[in-house]
Amino acid sequence: MSGPTELPDLLYSQNEEDLRQAVRDLFNERCPSTAVLARIESDETYDVPLWRALAADLGCAGLLVPESLGGAGASYREAATVAEETGRSAAPVPFLGSAVVATTALLAAIGPEPAGADDRKLLTSVAEGATTAALAVPFETAPGGELPVAIRVVGSSAGDEAGARLTGSMPRLADALPADVLLVPADGVPYGLYVADAQAAGVTRSPVVSLDATRRLCDLTLDAVPARRLAAGDAAKAAVSAALSAGAGLLAAEQLGLAQQCLDLTVAYAKERHQFARQIGSFQAIKHRLADLYVAITQARAVSRYAASCLAEGSADTGVAVAMAKAFCGETAVKAAEECVQLHGGIGFTWEHPAHLYLKRAKSGSIAFGTPDRHRAALAGLVDLPGPA
Amino acid sequence: MLDKPALDKPALDKPVLKEGQTEAEAAYAAEADDIRRRVRDLLVTHDPASTPALDFLRARFDAGLAWVHYPAGLGGLGLPRHLQAIADAEFAAVGAPENNPRRIGIGLGMAAPTILAFGTPEQQRRWLRPLWTGEEVWCQLFSEPGAGSDLAGLATKAVPDGHGPDSPSWRVTGQKVWTSMAHEARWAILVTRTDPDVPKHAGLSYFVLDMKQPGVEVRALRQITGEAEFNEVFLSDAVIPDSDRLGAVGDGWRVAMTTLMNERVSIGGGSFPREFGMIGLATTTWRDRPELRTPGLHDRLLRLWVDAEVARVAGARLRQQLAAGQPGPEGSAAKVIFARLNQETSALEVELAGGDGLVYDDWTMHRPPASNFFGRGPGFRYLRARGNSIEGGTSEILRNIIAERVLGLPPEIRVDKSVPWKDLPR
Repeated sequence: MSGPTELPDLLYSQNEEDLRQAVRDLFNERCPSTAVLARIESDETYDVPLWRALAADLGCAGLLVPESLGGAGASYREAATVAEETGRSAAPVPFLGSAVVATTALLAAIGPEPAGADDRKLLTSVAEGATTAALAVPFETAPGGELPVAIRVVGSSAGDEAGARLTGSMPRLADALPADVLLVPADGVPYGLYVADAQAAGVTRSPVVSLDATRRLCDLTLDAVPARRLAAGDAAKAAVSAALSAGAGLLAAEQLGLAQQCLDLTVAYAKERHQFARQIGSFQAIKHRLADLYVAITQARAVSRYAASCLAEGSADTGVAVAMAKAFCGETAVKAAEECVQLHGGIGFTWEHPAHLYLKRAKSGSIAFGTPDRHRAALAGLVDLPGPA
Repeated sequence: MLDKPALDKPALDKPVLKEGQTEAEAAYAAEADDIRRRVRDLLVTHDPASTPALDFLRARFDAGLAWVHYPAGLGGLGLPRHLQAIADAEFAAVGAPENNPRRIGIGLGMAAPTILAFGTPEQQRRWLRPLWTGEEVWCQLFSEPGAGSDLAGLATKAVPDGHGPDSPSWRVTGQKVWTSMAHEARWAILVTRTDPDVPKHAGLSYFVLDMKQPGVEVRALRQITGEAEFNEVFLSDAVIPDSDRLGAVGDGWRVAMTTLMNERVSIGGGSFPREFGMIGLATTTWRDRPELRTPGLHDRLLRLWVDAEVARVAGARLRQQLAAGQPGPEGSAAKVIFARLNQETSALEVELAGGDGLVYDDWTMHRPPASNFFGRGPGFRYLRARGNSIEGGTSEILRNIIAERVLGLPPEIRVDKSVPWKDLPR
């Protein structure tokens, strides 16, 4: 139950503001909502050129990676600022999956100063944005949650790191469609985290008709796919757990950015839309709902910053911070998107208006990495508030 | 790849890790050292163990260590506000006498900033020192039975007294309400109507009223809790010398806004630990009484725990913004949250108590020494919390403020802004 009385810096640094502006400029130019609306009906729902620009040209793929390995040597705080912008634009890029989740898994599995040449090469390539990576777990998996035992190691004996083959399936992977490599938790002797080439023979990625078309999921099937082990046993489990925690914490930041955008869009519309010869924003029935949303977003911003700071510092309070942030920001984003639809009235219910992009991304995001209720249940254990016997 | 040059430049190659001390940090350290030195000097001449409390507090005021952001000579040193925490910590560490800020909160948080902003040098010298030391308690005479949220519609009238130009004064008549500490107060800050023939905001004037005079009658106002934290104050030809006016005649609304903005700043408070306040009372019962737990209450408790902890973090962020010189509008948001959390958490407490929730501790009329939201039993807390969304600006008015001043939404359509006050329906 105890937590820090004095809290870390919860503001944005000038570097973070500069980074935010660069990312926002890129998205404003390359993925306005009209472009996102058009893309979700195309075959390429991920915007790979945009991702390359974000990942390589702006250096966002390597924010979490040390400079010695080609990264920016920044932290989860900077990455959270970028995530806010991906939420704001509902950007169809695998930033969360590759630069946050998979990168965290890699760093945890092979360490920030890996000795092996293959490991260094992989991490450097991911950091530079040349290789896109995805962690092969269902998107709804909560930190600390059980993974389905669905992919097994075959044709490998214990200690044989290079010659493993993986067989099995895993549903509902996020950001795996544009991935070049897959990080696969697989059961065997021992349990391990493996890396496999996403283009290898035997890899099938079947796109899923996803509630959120701006982050299209896929089902993964592996049939004797060659793979290299990155970590084994508890180290592998810890790497997956760290990746899920980082994913939940930074998805909260993405949800914050999405919520703020829904508020901004709706406030602008309430000033512009006239009914009964008045701006609809002059009616208290609308003003008070928008004020409530603003209040919720001030809270969401604080807890999102706190989770990012805890992740950056490796704080002992990280589990609590991430659970709070994911529960709170998830519900705030859904509320904001629902209000965005409702307060836009008829136009907000149409396919041509972007409100539904935000609603779907918000609702989907609130389920991803654990529903708000799961995170509250986790908190019950973390802060000693057990349920009825 | 990108043709906009602005996208190429951010320092992503060399971000963002810990930097050396900046100029601002160095300046802060120097100022902090200076404050600590001043505290030590004061403690040498005034041993807190042997100096009478009032003498110590007066000496602390005179040394500029009362509120360092106030000007020199008025209890301060003209330094940034956040540096006060350094002096406070130094004095607390040696157990120095305190000025009992809960008892004099209205003076410290509302009267003093207004006197500083609008008072003459003589007024500032007369009032600020005994205000800060606690020798003189202050109360606030703003709200009226007919003017709550619509404060500018107030009716208490002040008319010039006919005692000639050498000793101009005012006579005040009316009724004020919801006045904490009026029964102990030496002074009141008071808003009155001095011109009923102009629109309501333009006809107000702001005074300091001597509470110890025959024209002032204070009656306890009993609340739904059974106790009387507040008062109603009846003014019958109460006298105010014109030298006790703050701001110009007719400028009272602007002066009152200064007071109320400072009220919201002072609600911000300091840092406090996890599970501080109402949520901690609920979690204590939850942990101590496993037989009371149900699934529905568990879900509500966890939601409230998250909301309370998030609000605590948001309060810390608000203070960081203020310290960084980025005063934000989040203060209004914080008060809306505070009221809702207190109400929902205390409501849960009453239900969690089961049969004990049917019992109230005491309906006897008391006059508590200060407001206490968290004292007594769950039933008291539940009832007292109803006031949290009314006092200091109702949550509805705060939502209007957020919508209009923060989000820039259009104002209410107003029928009362250009009509003389005397012609308004009431």
